[in-house]
Amino acid sequence: MERLRRTMMFVPGSNPSMLKDAYIYGADSLMFDLEDAVAINEKDSARFLVYNAIKTIDYGNTEIVVRINGLDTPFGKDDIEAVVRAGADVIRLPKTERKEDILEVEAVIEEVEKKCGRSIGSTKMMAAVESPIGVINAYSIATSSKRLIGIALGAEDYVTNMKTKRYADGTELLGAREGIVIAARAAGIYALDTVYSNVDDEEGFRREVRLIKQLGFDGKSVINPRQIKPVHEIFAPTPEEIRRSANIIRAAKEAKQQGLGVISLNGKMIDKPIIDRADRILQLAAAVGLYKEAEEYEK
Amino acid sequence: MKNSIGREIPEEIINGRALYGGEFALNEEVAKAAPKVKPVKPNESKLLNSIEEAIIKTGLKDGMTISFHHHFREGDYVLNMVVDAIAKLGIKNLTLASSSLSNVHRPLIEHIKNGVITKITTSGLRGGLAEEISNGLMEEPVIIRSHGGRARAIEAGDIKIDVAFLGASSSDEYGNASGSRGTANCGSLGYAKIDAEYADKVVIITDCLVDFPNMPASILQNNVDYVVKVDKIGNPSGIASGATRYTKNPKELLIAEYASKAIVESGYFKDGFSFQTGTGGASLAVSRFLRDEMIKKGIKASFALGGITKPMVEMYEEGLIKNIFDVQDFDLDAVASIGKNPRHYEIDSSFYTNPHNKGCIANKLDVVVLSALEVDTDFNVNVMTGSDGVLRGASGGHCDTAACAKLTIIVTPLVRGRIPCIVDSVNTVITPGESIDIVVTELGIAINPRRADLIERFKDVDIPAYTIEELRKKAESIVGIPDKIEYDDKVVAIVEYRDGSIIDVVRKVK
Repeated sequence: MERLRRTMMFVPGSNPSMLKDAYIYGADSLMFDLEDAVAINEKDSARFLVYNAIKTIDYGNTEIVVRINGLDTPFGKDDIEAVVRAGADVIRLPKTERKEDILEVEAVIEEVEKKCGRSIGSTKMMAAVESPIGVINAYSIATSSKRLIGIALGAEDYVTNMKTKRYADGTELLGAREGIVIAARAAGIYALDTVYSNVDDEEGFRREVRLIKQLGFDGKSVINPRQIKPVHEIFAPTPEEIRRSANIIRAAKEAKQQGLGVISLNGKMIDKPIIDRADRILQLAAAVGLYKEAEEYEK
Repeated sequence: MKNSIGREIPEEIINGRALYGGEFALNEEVAKAAPKVKPVKPNESKLLNSIEEAIIKTGLKDGMTISFHHHFREGDYVLNMVVDAIAKLGIKNLTLASSSLSNVHRPLIEHIKNGVITKITTSGLRGGLAEEISNGLMEEPVIIRSHGGRARAIEAGDIKIDVAFLGASSSDEYGNASGSRGTANCGSLGYAKIDAEYADKVVIITDCLVDFPNMPASILQNNVDYVVKVDKIGNPSGIASGATRYTKNPKELLIAEYASKAIVESGYFKDGFSFQTGTGGASLAVSRFLRDEMIKKGIKASFALGGITKPMVEMYEEGLIKNIFDVQDFDLDAVASIGKNPRHYEIDSSFYTNPHNKGCIANKLDVVVLSALEVDTDFNVNVMTGSDGVLRGASGGHCDTAACAKLTIIVTPLVRGRIPCIVDSVNTVITPGESIDIVVTELGIAINPRRADLIERFKDVDIPAYTIEELRKKAESIVGIPDKIEYDDKVVAIVEYRDGSIIDVVRKVK
């Protein structure tokens, strides 16, 4: 199935102890940060550290994302050079405002891929939208490059630009979140939500995760291993959803075998979006070990 | 000569003593030693004015053995006070048989140099004293004994205590002594109780003299020769921390989660089971995960054992643990509980885990969770020497409870800093691999191949499982293989297994 990106855990690129085993907590993706989490006088050492960590450590199936400094800083180019050479799965751009931002970085990535013999296009990209103009341009950003696997919301800068702050219920982010999800869905890429900074407030965190799941996000950025399990729990399909989906898929298969054009289950007609949704639920359930295809589910 | 786990023991060290040959290889009938008793008549006073006076009255002479307990841990003033006084009186060539020694006992370095102390047996050695001993401070090697092993040695007369100087949080003038009801409280006096039973002379040292009778008492008057009141026996903040905090360290929590899952799936997790967990972050957190599982499954523990901490007391008070057997307390909640909870029992170290009595409580233990500095691919565990080969730990009840419990779990990170914790061969064996069933790291578990039953049982359990070799390789792939430590031939410590046989030696570092 498509890759799961329920959780992307931020890891400061300057912290060797966290870099070496951040993967053990089960996040779907790790984002090694060279940007805001790294002090200006540690930019070079962090880049060196992240390069060597990616080259040395077996991160298993965990997706490795690196957030680079922008090309408008003295570090952006060197970051891209190191990260592409190391073989990171994804380069994440901070503060993306327009598609040209993506294209400029893509040009540098391609140049490095050519230089070091990696196949062109093998380094994927992700854009973080952190400003009102970024939200307005979300679709144009989301469709700017084939390398782009997803767009993410960065809320802290965004709310400041919006002359507000973050509130517990998240109403101030509703427009941005919907803008991002709609753009991502229209472009066929992933939508990832922003971080929740109060690690000790698990209930508030769970509330926010339920909200973004409802909005249609694929996953959430997390800043502490303790936040991983709640996200995976909330994103996991319920037994009832799995049972219903399995029945829908079986009905669809039976209809196909019998050459029927119209599919029905318990006397109700089932159309394609329902089947697609059921398929997605079963894939997710299988990925988290809640469903095996051979298993019998009651009709 | 090599012992049964392949550790090379020099001939001059063996000197007629048994080599380790298996967990229960030495199991013959033994005769218990008995102390000398000088009767105390009615109207005789035991209360003395000073430690000096006590030293003189006990008849302490060159070449004798003195003992102390370690219930005051890093807050202990008693040992240093007494040995200073002994030195001033010009007594030399003593054997120090402390239940353990720590950073606070650094002044012993001078007393060793001056010939006051010439032999030591202890469970733990830490700090400056430990470093000096590792660098060859003493002529005679230190004998490292486990808590059960020390109780055995005292009962067997291997350690013959001439004078025991036992600090007590409170005492009456006739020697009924307790670890409670004073200003510096430690709760259980489990390690001191055995000294009081077997020493020829027993001196209680307290800073809180209370009205007679000081009951209930840990040490009773019929075993006490003298009582000395001093200004302060210890620093309360070094004795017991306010409350044991649950770790928030995600790695420790992950290790604890795997460990508790392993316990739950092991087959031993059922109503009436018994367990012991240590005080390390991960080990403590296991109690919390277990608690949730016990509530979920309606399981109650028959007893909890060992060094007692707040989480165990809370589970007792919630009705999840029916009995607590307490040889030592680690925090103030545990100290308070021993006085108020009727089925929270103070036990001595022989009852706790002496292998050569008629059945210690550890024999009834189902599950124990222990930590480690290093584990090797034979599952041998080191809790005594650091990655530099220097003494910096304590044998404690590690090998005792590991040998006794039906399921022994070791919790350890894969690496600490740049040091691998799963290695080819540990620096020092405290607990033999045959006592260890499961090693738990943040990556997952490794089951000892000797436990084919557990390997079979864990086939479908959702915990990442590796062989111990695979874990070693993973550790090495992160931090590489450290250079071997260079040792001299000189042996600075003998590690005695709980049955009195030699399981390993510690050599002087170059």
